Amino acid sequence: MDVSCTRTWFEPMKKYSGFSLFKHSLNHHENWQKAWRSPRPKKSYDAIIVGGGGHGLATAYYMAKEHGMTNIAVLEKGYLGGGNTARNTTIVRSNYLWDESSRLYDHSLDLWKTLSQDLNYNVMFSQRGVMNLGHNLQDMRDIERRVNANRLNGIDAAVLNTQEVKDIVPIINDSQDIRYPILGASWQKTGGVARHDAVAWGYARGADQLGVDLIQQCEVTDIVVEQGAVVGVQTNQGFIGSKKVACVTAGNSGVMAAMAGIRLPLESHPLQALVSEPIKPIIDTVVMSNAVHAYVSQSDKGDLVIGAGIDSYVGYGQRGSFHVVEHTLSAICELFPMFSRVRMNRAWGGIVDTCPDACPIISKTHVDGLYFNCGWGTGGFKATPGSGHVFAHTVAHDEPHPMAKPFTIDRFNTGHLIDEHGAAGVAH
Amino acid sequence: MLHIYCPYCEEMREEEEFSYSGEAHIARPTDPESLTDAQWGDYVFFRTNPRGLHHEMWNHAAGCRRYFNATRNTQTYEIHETYKMGEQPTVTGGKP
Repeated sequence: MDVSCTRTWFEPMKKYSGFSLFKHSLNHHENWQKAWRSPRPKKSYDAIIVGGGGHGLATAYYMAKEHGMTNIAVLEKGYLGGGNTARNTTIVRSNYLWDESSRLYDHSLDLWKTLSQDLNYNVMFSQRGVMNLGHNLQDMRDIERRVNANRLNGIDAAVLNTQEVKDIVPIINDSQDIRYPILGASWQKTGGVARHDAVAWGYARGADQLGVDLIQQCEVTDIVVEQGAVVGVQTNQGFIGSKKVACVTAGNSGVMAAMAGIRLPLESHPLQALVSEPIKPIIDTVVMSNAVHAYVSQSDKGDLVIGAGIDSYVGYGQRGSFHVVEHTLSAICELFPMFSRVRMNRAWGGIVDTCPDACPIISKTHVDGLYFNCGWGTGGFKATPGSGHVFAHTVAHDEPHPMAKPFTIDRFNTGHLIDEHGAAGVAH
Repeated sequence: MLHIYCPYCEEMREEEEFSYSGEAHIARPTDPESLTDAQWGDYVFFRTNPRGLHHEMWNHAAGCRRYFNATRNTQTYEIHETYKMGEQPTVTGGKP
């Protein structure tokens, strides 16, 4: 263990500031306090959160902060934020079609705006605007409809024509002679990107500071249910008791549900993304196109961050098929001919849990004390703060948060689906 | 890129020729009218979604255009077998 960089339970967390950055620079940044402890698991907790990604850590943070539940633990089988939190394309927006979902995502966007201050951790949230391109008349009609719905819900949205798209993104190919010409776009100026790792680390540090135990390398192997109620989880570090178990395990939610003997309306698919070599600043917004399956932004390091579509088949391999990437890059090259000679640095896959109506499940189950927050599919990153916030309420009070109410598992039996395929289908 | 053996064409072809159609061996209820909402929802939406062996339907969309089944490992992506509609899998990992 690196002794120069530790923190024990009785030592309070020091605040990050410009001054602390300067002070630590004087000794080569070698004496920073550890951002969180690495405690041994206790025998039991008031609540256990399974999954130490962004959503799980956010849930823990809000449970401790807003509901006073500090005797809780987050169990992570790998390392914090090592799953989809580290694998997404970091886009944040809230321009969803239906009232239920736009309310949830806009709640999240509100939390994003002050997240860095709340967590005392720079999540590098940058409201650089998000554009969804339309390539044919039906695309444009759908965009008009969605923008109008957004405006009725108080979400900032506008319809752009080809010239307005070109004004914002001068390098885009606005020729009308290409296979999928740009006819216009929807534009959410308050959308943008954030630093994905920082979100997980910021929430982890915040939760740890409030007394939450973050336990890494701790894989849940069984959920123990007695007489219809949860009593704890079996892990590779032994049995841990708790009357509340909240699963926030994205692609592995189906596997977790099977442990408790229930089924979910989910299918797990690989979703791929890739980054290029770093180049000079060239695109200062986020451009997405559902129709040609491509979206791109540029990170602060300079690499182009490009998202592809999901592979059609069920898969847990964190890698996908090459033709999916090839398809996305051909679309990118048509939209941005100047990117044709940029070399790609890395490609990877994450496992996304897709729901039949492209909306999440934030729900109690018929097992007492077992909760699921899953089904975010291809677009969960943007919802991290809001998801954690409403799920914390659901778990703490054993009663869905008003915003989470429409997102119960029961909707697949009652038929009250929230069809967001138009706003969520591909592009995130 | 998966390489899939079509049991009708009897040829190994690339994944792009096929389209995926989800979990196999889900029988359509013979009398939908008599089902409760819960049973109907279960039939339409709920899936086993396993990490490991999975019996699934594929359609050879750019070939013979026929549906067939495959037993594939969703973790390693290894395809253990493909078989025609109406046939039963031989690789089941010990499960019936």
